[in-house]
Amino acid sequence: MDKFSATYFKLLTRWHTLTGHRFFWPVFIVAGLLFSIAAARLEILDQYVQLILIYVGINIILTVSLNLINGYMGEFSVGHAGFMAIGAYIASILTVSVFPQASVNFLFPVAVLAGGIGAALVGLLVAIPSFKTRGDYLAIVTLAFGMIVKSCLENIDAVGGPRGFLGMDKLTTLPWVFFWTVLSVWIIRNLVYSKFGRGVLSIREDEIAASLMSVNTRQVKIIAFIVSSFFAGIAGGLFAHALQFINPRMFDILKSTDILIMVYLGGIASIAGSIIGAIIYTILLEVLRPLGIWRMVLMPLMLVLLMIYRPRGIMGLREAKMFVPLRDLLLVKILRQKKKEAPNASA
Amino acid sequence: MPLLEAKNITHRFEGLCAVSDFNFRLMPQEMVGIIGPNGAGKTTLFNLITGVYRATEGTIQFAGEEIVGQTPHSINKMGIARTFQNIRLFKELSVLDNVRIAYYGKIIYSPLEALLHIGRFRTEEKRIADMAMELLTIFKLDDLADVAAGSLPYGLQRKLEIARALATEPKLLLLDEPAAGMNPNEIEILMEFIHWIKKTFQLTIILIEHQMRLVMGICERLVVLDFGATIAEGLPANIQNNPKVMEAYLGEEVKT
Repeated sequence: MDKFSATYFKLLTRWHTLTGHRFFWPVFIVAGLLFSIAAARLEILDQYVQLILIYVGINIILTVSLNLINGYMGEFSVGHAGFMAIGAYIASILTVSVFPQASVNFLFPVAVLAGGIGAALVGLLVAIPSFKTRGDYLAIVTLAFGMIVKSCLENIDAVGGPRGFLGMDKLTTLPWVFFWTVLSVWIIRNLVYSKFGRGVLSIREDEIAASLMSVNTRQVKIIAFIVSSFFAGIAGGLFAHALQFINPRMFDILKSTDILIMVYLGGIASIAGSIIGAIIYTILLEVLRPLGIWRMVLMPLMLVLLMIYRPRGIMGLREAKMFVPLRDLLLVKILRQKKKEAPNASA
Repeated sequence: MPLLEAKNITHRFEGLCAVSDFNFRLMPQEMVGIIGPNGAGKTTLFNLITGVYRATEGTIQFAGEEIVGQTPHSINKMGIARTFQNIRLFKELSVLDNVRIAYYGKIIYSPLEALLHIGRFRTEEKRIADMAMELLTIFKLDDLADVAAGSLPYGLQRKLEIARALATEPKLLLLDEPAAGMNPNEIEILMEFIHWIKKTFQLTIILIEHQMRLVMGICERLVVLDFGATIAEGLPANIQNNPKVMEAYLGEEVKT
């Protein structure tokens, strides 16, 4: 570990002990929710800053969910924007054409949820080729999947075809984005620290050894793809109602590449990394806006440098302690303590 | 009743016949060695028994149940575990996680309980952590529980791989060249270790090995393979002087 990350880690640990693992999360969630409601209602933050924060949230959801496949499972999916498109279109159709206009505000979470479920069902279809196909070949399958989704949407006139779909109200507010972001991070964290999450990791490390050690690799892959695509769909629904306009070209390979960049910038197999990656990338793109077209030269250049000096990303394969469940964090310590106490107790 | 019975097993890769018409019976609590020159089909045999490959022809029965056609994880659940010739640990993961992964089949909770960390999740995770730690304590690896498996010294990696296999609570353990890369001293220790795990965990063991010292020392029965076929079978002492075996290893005697 080099000097930078050593000090960085020391800071993180200190912060962790200061805040206390148990208290930090409830306090953070309540405070964040209150702040986001206040920001949206009382206009503490101006509209522009709010919009950026909304994009940060959406990108965190996309990055954490893609990291499940690309980082934890070690596959290379390049079709994440496809799932996002499915979620965006389903949620938009529901709020514009299906739900009564009067109650659309209340039914917005239902629309987003439906988008997520739709994307998850399609994710199930992509999980099936992953049983037999790995690595580069699975990457091509996901690439094809992304193209299929885009072409299908372009050819369905009912949703506007290549012209796109509009008429959504601006229903994506800061509190909703905060809610869905926390939910997605929490659920994916929970998955990672369960037997299925360990199964996902074992597939990355050695799939054959895993299957010989009782890991039902098909079950694990199905769960990983469903959860990953579900949250991509959620992000799509939020995205559509933040921008109030979607067209198929927004969800092409370039969008998937954006998400990939955030994953590898932040670091594979790390929730903290995904959050850091999404925040840095989203904000940097905004900050560098005055550079105009040069922005698109600078960002890839940064990526090249990152891959040379830190190929695993900022937090690659490491996790900030705040995202590790207390049980796993202290497990070894607790078990050793138990062992020390056990002979005394029996004596 | 035999624990494992293979009948007329044949396996072909494209044109190559890796195992041909292999017949084998294994009684419970036996310790059998499989020897043979490189490429004789020993590891292929292990891959057929554990479900990595599906036999082209023939049947394998384990405790009366058919294995051919089953998935590796369900064969493991039936009670067969193995180690690998070139150690295949989950290198980036901790020693504890390596063992915890092997309890996958023993942990009972639904995906929903896992996603929300509710219900049986808490009690099951606690139970499995205790079991894993207990197993590591038996193997004296408990002090290394939080170390990445890949950073362990070679000997301990071998040990951890056996511990991981035993976490799945097998009746039959397949050891693929456990002594590879060990010196005579280490082999002595390994021999005692294998005896000890066999007794402690009530195991039946099949062993692939090149080190004659180990095979002759601990196996009750030997099977010699060459070009995928059994060329000799019997007590270690008899195998040593078998002309066919000497031919397979050293080549044909030149007649003058």
